[in-house]
Amino acid sequence: MALSLAAARVRAAALTLPLVAFIGVTFLAPLGLMLARSVHEPLVADSLPDTLAMLNNWDGVALPSEDVFEVLGRELLSLHQQRSLGGVATRVNRLESGMRSAVVRTARQLRDADPGSWREAMIAAAPIWNEPKAWRAIQRAGERYTLRHFLHALDLERDTAGNVVAQPPDQRIYLSLLGRTLMVSVVITVICLILGYPVAYLIANSPPSRSNLLLLLVLVPFWTSLLVRTTSWIVLLQNQGVINDLLVAVGLTTEEGRIPMIYNMTGTLVAMTQILLPFMVLPLYAVMRTIAPSQMRAAAALGASFPQAFIRVYWPQTLPGIAAGSLLVFILSIGYYITPALVGGRTGQLISNLIAYHMQQSLNWGLAAALGAILLVCVVLLFLLFNRLVGVERMRFT
Amino acid sequence: MTSKTATFSFGDRLARRLHLAFCAAVFVFLIAPMLVVIPLSFNAEPYFTFSEGMLALDADAYSLRWYRSVVEDEEWRLALTNSLFIGLAAAAIATILGVLAALGLASPAMPGRALVTGLLISPMITPIIISAAGMFFFYSNLGLSQTHLSLILAHAALGTPFVVITVTATLAGFDRNLTRAAASLGAGPFAAFRRIQLPLIAPGVIAGALFAFAASFDEVVTVLFLGGLEQRTIPRQMWAGIREQISPEILAVATFLVAFVLVLLGVVEYLRKRGGQSPVGQ
Repeated sequence: MALSLAAARVRAAALTLPLVAFIGVTFLAPLGLMLARSVHEPLVADSLPDTLAMLNNWDGVALPSEDVFEVLGRELLSLHQQRSLGGVATRVNRLESGMRSAVVRTARQLRDADPGSWREAMIAAAPIWNEPKAWRAIQRAGERYTLRHFLHALDLERDTAGNVVAQPPDQRIYLSLLGRTLMVSVVITVICLILGYPVAYLIANSPPSRSNLLLLLVLVPFWTSLLVRTTSWIVLLQNQGVINDLLVAVGLTTEEGRIPMIYNMTGTLVAMTQILLPFMVLPLYAVMRTIAPSQMRAAAALGASFPQAFIRVYWPQTLPGIAAGSLLVFILSIGYYITPALVGGRTGQLISNLIAYHMQQSLNWGLAAALGAILLVCVVLLFLLFNRLVGVERMRFT
Repeated sequence: MTSKTATFSFGDRLARRLHLAFCAAVFVFLIAPMLVVIPLSFNAEPYFTFSEGMLALDADAYSLRWYRSVVEDEEWRLALTNSLFIGLAAAAIATILGVLAALGLASPAMPGRALVTGLLISPMITPIIISAAGMFFFYSNLGLSQTHLSLILAHAALGTPFVVITVTATLAGFDRNLTRAAASLGAGPFAAFRRIQLPLIAPGVIAGALFAFAASFDEVVTVLFLGGLEQRTIPRQMWAGIREQISPEILAVATFLVAFVLVLLGVVEYLRKRGGQSPVGQ
């Protein structure tokens, strides 16, 4: 008996093994490697090994000695000849603005002449080498393992003494963006609940033929392409769009007074609410249809008014559905990318859009990874809560 | 609010009317945006709004020109081919691996079920931008970026959770005595699966495969990160259409996609009626 149980365990595990291996290789490994970039940035350390070794003994206050200048100069020169200076220059520049041009200009001018004094030649090429902050930037960019991307993502940085301090006010954008993303998600979740609860109630308490039809009205948008639904909001909401045309035609606003409803936060909120509403209605409906209508009749027969019966009998039983729908909508909201990117304009962007920006435009992958890790932690915690309260096996897609 | 109760007070009736009106408004909010797109896709003018001729139901204001230009456009045709090819291949991989895994997960003997389930559905929970960024580095390092293979593998990974969840739910209603009976009659495990279990869970498997296909067919973010010009899919073309050169062509494509969803839901509805206790059943 014990043997056959062991055999059954092995067989069950073996059946899951191909998918576990597939997800491990094509999903979890890429995810892990990407998140590792938030703390692991070896490029500068690998490119300037000798300079960084010499800077280890530097006091960080006075200018480094002539031989440190020479080692750095030679390393920059050889990177320039290998055409791999750009990545180093970019990374150092993130710690001290102006360093990119200093590094590039220095390497270019050193190539032209073999200097008598490396120090003088480099300072002539870029005066910033005369300041200790340039060398501190090189030193810190050379840290192979670093927490600075996480600090940056939390609007923090290290000062010259190595203490963690707040970024200058004009650079504090990430915490407020994270806060805005959470706020938008809360607002969307609450609106979806307010709109979705009565609808789910209606569907659950209609005769079967009508409830199937009404359910279809939720399922069709649910399964329609996101791009289609986002497009349709652009058609409706844009300045020359259907709703503004209608408002002008009936005289509620003038040709000049067309209301900007898209490419801003309004656009993001309206489109995301419509797109996520089915994720609220479906779990609510799944719970509500298990509640027997006779319960409400019994409450009425015992003298309860409708509001009393609803609050004391019906509402408490729908709490699992509310938890499921709200968590689902919230989890999807905080990671939302496509709709804000297309209809959010400048003010309607969420944290995912900033991750995409750092992935594709600024190419600050370490920071993108740190922001991604923070977002992922939020989502996973919420999902664990969802799983505890609802259970993933009760999710439904139709 | 049971309609069978005979005694409604005036307040109850009013509340019921308000409830119905509110729900009607919400249904309009859900459906109307998509319905507006359909007539506009027949606009004879290159605008995204109703022309006076359209409102007057003038036949000349309507035309099939956007449909024609989509059908004749090489890029859209390539996009459709890519979407179908990537979607079908990804759904096939997701379905085979997902059904096997669901069979394991549904077994009472499965060790570490909660952890394995969590790992297997993680692609569904992870915000897509993070997944796509990770896959971008991964497939670039392998020299596979801008290939169909990378998109097929990416979409297969994103689609498996739908198959696992749907088929696991179907298997929860499956009577294990049936496979035991088959075994006692001399069927090997594979024969018992193919002849007994698979036909019974088929609705769940097909539904899972459809979901995996639909997930791929609607996916744009990994295509943005992993695909090149040769891998453009329909959502990617629409993305470009919205972002770059906005043209009513995308309204024609949107109408086509809405029709596609109606067909898809029709198939699922048919499966549900056939499948009895499947998870897609009510």
